[in-house]
Parts: sequence; structure tokens; C-alpha cells
Amino acid sequence: MLQLPENRAPITPQLAVRVAMLGGIALLLFAIVFFRLWYLQVLSGDRLLASANANRVRDIVSPAPRGDIVDRSGRVMVDNRISTAVQVDAAQLPEDEAERRALYARLSPVIGVRVATIDREVREQSKLLPYANVTLKQDVAPAVRDYIYERQNRFPAVTVNRVYLRSYPLKELAAQIFGTVGEISAEDQKANRFRGVPQGTIVGKDGLEYTYDRFLRGRPGAARVQVDAFGGATGQVSVREPEQGRQLKLSVDVDLQRAGQQAMAEAGKIPITNGTKNRGGAFVAMDPRNGEVLAMGSYPTFDSNIFAKPLSQAAYNRLNDEDRGAPLINRAVFGLYPTGSTFKLVTAVAALQSGLISPDTVIDDPGSIQIGNILFKNARNQANGAIAMQRALAVSSDVYFYRLGRDADGVRDREGDILQDWAERLGFGKPTGIDLPGEAKGLIPSPEWRNELYKEKLTDRPWSVGDNVNLSVGQGDLQATPLQMAVAYSAVANGGKVVTPHLGLRVEDAAGRVLEEIRSSPARTVKIDEAYREVILGGLRDATSTQGGTSADVFAGFGREVLGKTGTAERAGQADQSWYVAYAPDAKRPIVVAATVEQGGFGAAAAAPAVRLMLSEWFGVEKKLVVGTSATR
Amino acid sequence: MTTQNPIQRNVGELARAQRGPLRFDVLLAAAVIGLLACSLITIQAATTDDVAGQPHFYLYRQLAYAIVGLGLMFALSRIDYSRLRELKYGLYVAMIGLITLVILIGGTTRGSRRSFFLPFFSFQPSELGKLLLILALSAFMVDRARRLHDRDTTARVMLIALFPAMLVMLQPDLGTGLVFVVIALATLFIAGTPGRHFAGLAAVGAVAVAFTLVAAPAVGVQVLKPYQMDRLTAFLNPSQDPGAEGYQQAQSRIAIGSGEKTGRGADEATQTRLDFLPEHHTDFVFAVVGERFGFLGAAIVLSLYALLIWRTLRILTLAKNLYGALIAGGIVAMLLFQVFVNVGMTVGIMPITGVPLPLMSYGGSSVIVTLMAIGVLQSIYAQARVSAASKGRVLTF
Repeated sequence: MLQLPENRAPITPQLAVRVAMLGGIALLLFAIVFFRLWYLQVLSGDRLLASANANRVRDIVSPAPRGDIVDRSGRVMVDNRISTAVQVDAAQLPEDEAERRALYARLSPVIGVRVATIDREVREQSKLLPYANVTLKQDVAPAVRDYIYERQNRFPAVTVNRVYLRSYPLKELAAQIFGTVGEISAEDQKANRFRGVPQGTIVGKDGLEYTYDRFLRGRPGAARVQVDAFGGATGQVSVREPEQGRQLKLSVDVDLQRAGQQAMAEAGKIPITNGTKNRGGAFVAMDPRNGEVLAMGSYPTFDSNIFAKPLSQAAYNRLNDEDRGAPLINRAVFGLYPTGSTFKLVTAVAALQSGLISPDTVIDDPGSIQIGNILFKNARNQANGAIAMQRALAVSSDVYFYRLGRDADGVRDREGDILQDWAERLGFGKPTGIDLPGEAKGLIPSPEWRNELYKEKLTDRPWSVGDNVNLSVGQGDLQATPLQMAVAYSAVANGGKVVTPHLGLRVEDAAGRVLEEIRSSPARTVKIDEAYREVILGGLRDATSTQGGTSADVFAGFGREVLGKTGTAERAGQADQSWYVAYAPDAKRPIVVAATVEQGGFGAAAAAPAVRLMLSEWFGVEKKLVVGTSATR
Repeated sequence: MTTQNPIQRNVGELARAQRGPLRFDVLLAAAVIGLLACSLITIQAATTDDVAGQPHFYLYRQLAYAIVGLGLMFALSRIDYSRLRELKYGLYVAMIGLITLVILIGGTTRGSRRSFFLPFFSFQPSELGKLLLILALSAFMVDRARRLHDRDTTARVMLIALFPAMLVMLQPDLGTGLVFVVIALATLFIAGTPGRHFAGLAAVGAVAVAFTLVAAPAVGVQVLKPYQMDRLTAFLNPSQDPGAEGYQQAQSRIAIGSGEKTGRGADEATQTRLDFLPEHHTDFVFAVVGERFGFLGAAIVLSLYALLIWRTLRILTLAKNLYGALIAGGIVAMLLFQVFVNVGMTVGIMPITGVPLPLMSYGGSSVIVTLMAIGVLQSIYAQARVSAASKGRVLTF
């Protein structure tokens, strides 16, 4: 009988072979999977377990508040306040333009910032600091924070963070010295001084914040947080609290600083606030013994608190706008000016020390002097008659010093032309070394300098004696800062120590205990003959106290010994610049003050009255605004 | 009475064999129950936090699917599968109809139309299609059993399988489509198709693959959807794009590896619990086993699959007729392919194709259809027992 296929005995040898092959394939596949599992779970288990742990743990850095900055008696000048800020991580924004716009449109009513403004802020701020968070709005209400966090899926890339903002309780006071802070940039991170500082840390960008960043910065806190695949926090693993930065104590005296700023406003007639087209000015007060800066101001000024909020490019430009007086510029260290007759101190030291003249050398001052084919005149052609050094300084005889300038031209000591050499020794033409970044170094015009320019066809004439004559009275190409002036006068006042000025005094903990004294570079010493020094200081003393002294009327009735020198710098295309440098000896608290007022006229008219007001504050003398009438340079 | 005469004993055996309790493969059933238990434990471990307020949401549903599936399995094991042969056209038409219908009116999940959303569960016709294809294709093969050497036979079998396979790939569901192809190849192989036919098929397949992956995109025709291409290439080069397709596999590898020898505790299984592991109760359920229960747990699950495959192969050899053998061959190929592709995917040696792990992955269609296939296997076993008993042959386990 025919066996139908379906009833055929199924297991034939051929089928058995095929089933065996199928079983072999199955065995092979299971073996592969088993070996793979063994490799993953037993051989690589530790490594993959570490990956799993790395997956779930995020390090969240919480910023540390920066250290406070206080004045020499511990009064707070800069501290912090806590703000809740709505920020955007630009890297996580939707790439699609329309989606991004939609996000801005959703965010706009929540934080009350216009869509166009959000868009501009994101673009501008992320251009400045590519990896930093973009701050859209600060000081938002808790309700805003909750609203955004409860709808995180509708606000991708938007975060609400607690941030520390710099706060300046004294507003405009010493605004230019602190500098600004901001998130560390990619270039900063490569610099030595910021080695190891993590991304996102707030660091000093400028000014004292930059110089002393190492102390002020503090240590950010770190929290290890367990997160899920969507980045949501599910629990904390470990926490290190942020550590506030150290407190920086300055040598600045807040009272003197305030008095200085008010004095400039009153005497220099400089409006305190920025915004209008106005004159500039600056002052420096310093302890001549050690270079501690007691006050430093620049005009026009601004309220530092504007830096606590994100600053728009336009506002920043306004702060640097020359037509508005560039309030951001610290004229005390960046302002390069001819100094007028205040420079006669340097000429006097040079002429006496090099033996060009003796203290008793008498020169006739008929009111003008012909040098080459130029007639150099005193201001208003005033004739001072036959005078020696002390009197020449007291009345500020230009003719006397023109003669010295003429006679010094080409006279060299071991290191160069005597006038230029002594200017350099007293600190001109190079940075003073103050603890502020990027200080201007200025210029001492010399034959080498001008002839080099002439050779390169950058000027129309080579060096001539007239250049030296101009330099002898602080005119011509001389460029110096008020700070350099204060250093030079301090050197003469203290007997030859060219101090390194500094604002930072010491680093303290939050309770005011000293952690570290700030040591500035040691002072250089120049040798000034005691007899000559007496004559020069005598001349300065006479200037404030004797009949005909250039600032005698300004300091009339002041009641304390003041040594001072007026300066009236001629500047091309504008009114004369008023200068005054004073030294007030005192056993405990001697002080040198240098002040200048752009377009302020004669030295006695603006700068000297301002200095008197500052000295009044310093010594507790009744403040009185006395404008001098001396028309001398 | 202390002794039985031989005739009485023989009758008694026959009666016992026909009565039932012995008419199913105990070890096969044990493997199935064991895998279902593993599935429930794993799904509970993976999905505790997935539905807020309902920690047992997926557990209860999977349990319900298992109970329904076990019921269907029992029912199928009690009928004679041979009668299904007569229904081959109906089965095939039903399969094509369902698959076509789902493409036309099915619900969309992540860009593909695979399911009908029914009130109690979403039904995937392609899952049922696997079993229907096995039954119909085996029947067709039996009809052609005497003409195996005709190229025509091989070609027809392949076309019968490739047509629904293409439809499934259109959904698109590449993985299930490949299962259809593997079932066809296994059916041909078990039936005894000559080796040269397989060589020819391999050549045609190679040309087709080359055309799909290289030639067609070069002239601008996208046969595969971009995400399918990405998945396939991400597997080949996982480090190239750890953010997207490679991410899933990287997280799966980390999950499995972090389980080490004995697994991480319920709280420590962070890859699963914190959602780093995608699809942790469906396609990547094996990675949960690996993380939670370690090499030990994974080995137990794999051993249960090995038991399942072994018993299925054994049933293949016992089958009373060619139809039964072919069905068992199709089922063993389906199970083996799915297990290897799915587990291979989670351990990073196979591309991501979205093939569920039989009996382990959460999902009504997959669980119920796999249990129905097991029911058919039990039927083949039972019929073999009856047939053998009636012939007086002695069977051993």
C-alpha cells in the first residue's frame, strides 16, 4: 500500500542530520551569547559599572561668593548680594530658528523681557563668552522660578539659578579701581593665574578684582547629584559647601576718598555723575613713606552697581565714550598728560644733583627768554627778578627753569641726559608698579626718542634745545599720570625712596583676622643730597606760605604745614589743565596728594583748592573752598 | 492482586496515554512557565516607577496576557494540528488580510503602523502572522514534498513567505519581516531542499542587500527608512554616534555589564530605574535581567531558552508526520532567531531591529502568539504520543 506523505515515518536519517545541524546552529548561537555575556558582565563588569555610576552622577557646581573689599578701617566697599537669575544655556537652545523664537515667545511674558531683547542678549552675551550661561533677567520672584521649573519641558535650556552679584554700597566711590567680574573665558582658563579654575567660575576681569582674584575668588561648592536619563535630579550624593573668598583690605580711606570726590566736584566744578559731556580729572593721595594709596579717584565717574546687572553693549560703549568723558577710564593711572610746572621738581633735582647749578645760583628772570629763535615767556610776562632755586620754585618762575632746560640740553651724567635721567629715576616713563592691571607708562621725551621718530619720518623735526626747554617745565611731549607725579613727590618728600604704590593692604578672613600681608615690590632708592632736598622742599613750602607763593592764597589760614606745587599744562586745542601736588608732613600720617583737572585753568584755580579740601579732611581741619588767583604755570 | 498479566498492562498504558495527563511535554511546559515567571519578575523590577501611582501596571497586564495565552496554548494542544493543514488557504489569506489592513487603518506608534488599538490591548497582526505563516507554509511544503528538487518549489515557497514579509517591512517592521524570511528558510531546510537551492537564494539575497544598502541610495531611492539605516550602521560603528542610535546600545551594554556576576540590588539598578535604558520592559528587557540579576540571572534565562529550543527540536523528531515536523522546524527557527537577535542586540553584537524576546518582552501579541505556537508544539507532541501508543512504540523523554 502506498504510504501517504503525511503518514510517512518522519524521522529519516536525512532529517536527523538536518535536525542535528539545526541543533548545532542553536548551540553555536547560544555559545556566542554566553561568551559575550561573560565578557560584559564578568570581564568588563567593573568598568561598565563605573560607566553606569558616571551616568547617574552629575557634579553641580554652586558658585562661591567672592571676598569683600574693605577700606583701611574695615568699612565695606564691595560685597555681594544674592540674586535669582533666569539664564539660558545657549548650547542647548533648539537649533531650529522658528523653535527658538517660539521658546523666546513663551518665555517673554514670564520674565517680562521682550522677545527681541531676549534674542539680542543671547546673541551678544554668547558672543562675548561662548560657553557661559546667558543671563536674561535678574532678581526674579520665586513664583517665576517655580513656574519655569514646573514646566521645564516647555522651557528647554532655560534655568533659574542663584547667583552672587557684586554690590557696591558706596556707589560711585572709587568706582574705577575695583574693575569688573565675570565668568571665566576660554582664554583666561589657559592663563597661568587661572590654572585649575573650572568653567563657569566668576573671576576678576579687571582692576583690583583681577589683581587679587586669587584671594577674592573663593572655592565653589560641589554637589554630586543623582540624575535620571533626562537630567532630572533624583537625590543628592555628596555636598561640599562653597567657600567664600578672602576679604581684601585696601589702604584706601573711605572718608578721604569721599572728600576727594566731593572736592573735585566743588573745586574742579566737575559733575560727579556721568552722562553729560564734561571735563575729566583725577586725584591720588598716598602715604609717601610706603606707597599706600589713601585715595584714588577719576572723573567723570559712575555707579559701580551697573556692573552687577548684565551690561548691554550700548551701555558699555557709553562708559567708554570720550564725548561723555569715558567714565570707565581710571585717569589716575591711565590719564597721560603734560604736567606743567609740577614737573619743575624733577628739573630742580636734576640740575642740583648733576651740579648744573648750586642752590645759590642766581638767575635773572625778566619775564621772558630768547632761546634759539623762540621767545619763551612767563605766564602774563610776569618778571620775578634775580632769583635762586628756592624762590624760583615758590613763584614758579618759568624763565628760571627754561634756563635750566636750555643749559641741561646735551649735559649727560653716567646714564644719559640729566633731565631725562632724573625723570626716569623718579619714576616717569615706566609703570609705577601699582597693583592695578595695565597701567600706562607715559613718556619722557629725549633726543634719542625724537631723533628715532624723525628717522622713521614720524615727526617733522629732530630733537632741538627747545624740546628740553619745554620738558623743564613739564610741557611739550611729556606724558605722565597723576600717580607718577605722586610717586615722584613722595620720593623727594621721604628722602629718596621711590615707592611702589599699592591699594591692597592685606588679605583677611571674614572676621578681619590677617591671613597675609600684601608685599609690594620693594622701593628703589635714589640718592638726593640732603641740602638740595631742603632747598627744594623749602621752595614748595614757600609756595604755600609766603608772599608771592603760587598757592599761598589757597592755603592761607590752613593752619598746618603744607608743601605744594601748582601746574598749568598747556594742551593743544583746549583750555589749560590745572595741576597741583602737595606734601603735608606729619609724624604719624604724612600724605602726598596729586590732583589734576582737565581744562581747569591755572593750578591755583581748580586743582589746588581741591587738594586743600582733601587735606582738610585728612587732618580734620575745617573745610573751606579757597580758589587761588595766581596766574602762573 | 499482586501481578498483572501483560495484556492488561498494555491496555492500561494505552488508556493512560489517551487520557491526557501525559499528553504534553512536561519539560517544554516547565521552560515556558519558567520564562513567564522570569518575565513577570523582570517587568515588575523594570517598571515600578513607570506609571505614577500604579507600580504594578505592566505586571498585571503581562500576567493577563500570559493567562490568556496559556488558555489558548492548552486549547491548541488538545486539537489535532493536522487538521489545520486543510485550512492553509484560509490561514494565509487571513494573514495577508490582517497585515494589509493594519497598514491601511492601523494605529501609529513612532512612525510605524503595526497595531490595532483594541480596548484591552493593542493587537499586532504581524506577530500572529508568524504563526499563520508557519502553519500555511508547512502545509504548502507538504503538498510539494515530492518535488523538492524542482527549483519551482523553492521559488514558490520563498515567494509565499516574501510577500507578507515585504508587507511587514512596509509597516515598517524590519525585524519581524526578517523572521518571516527565516521561517521560510527553515521550512525549506527541514523539508530537505537541496543545498544548491540555498546557495542560489544566498546569491539572490546578497544582490538584494547590496541593492538596498548601496545601489538604491546612490541613485536616490530610499528602500529603508533613514532610521533603519542608522540603526544598522550604528551597530557597525557604535562610537561614531553615541548620541542617537548608538546611545541605546551603549546604555544597554552598560546596564548588562554593571550587573556583573550576581546583579545590582533593586535600588542600585540605576540604568533601568533612572531610564538610561530605553524600552526596558519591551525590546531591552534582557538588559534589565542582566543589570538586576547579573550573569547568574541572564544565564538562567538563556538556559530556559536552550531548554525550550531543545524540546522543540525533539518534538520535531517525534512528529507523527511531515507537517508536524515542518511546523516544529518553523517554530524552532522563529524562536531561535528572535532570541539570538534580541539578546544579541542588547549585548551589542547585533543591530537594533525591534524584535521582541519571546515570552520575556512585555506585549500581548507577542506573548499570546508565542504561547499559541507552544500549544501547537504540544499538540504535535500529543499526537505523536497517541500515534506511537497506537503503534505500540515506546517513547521516552
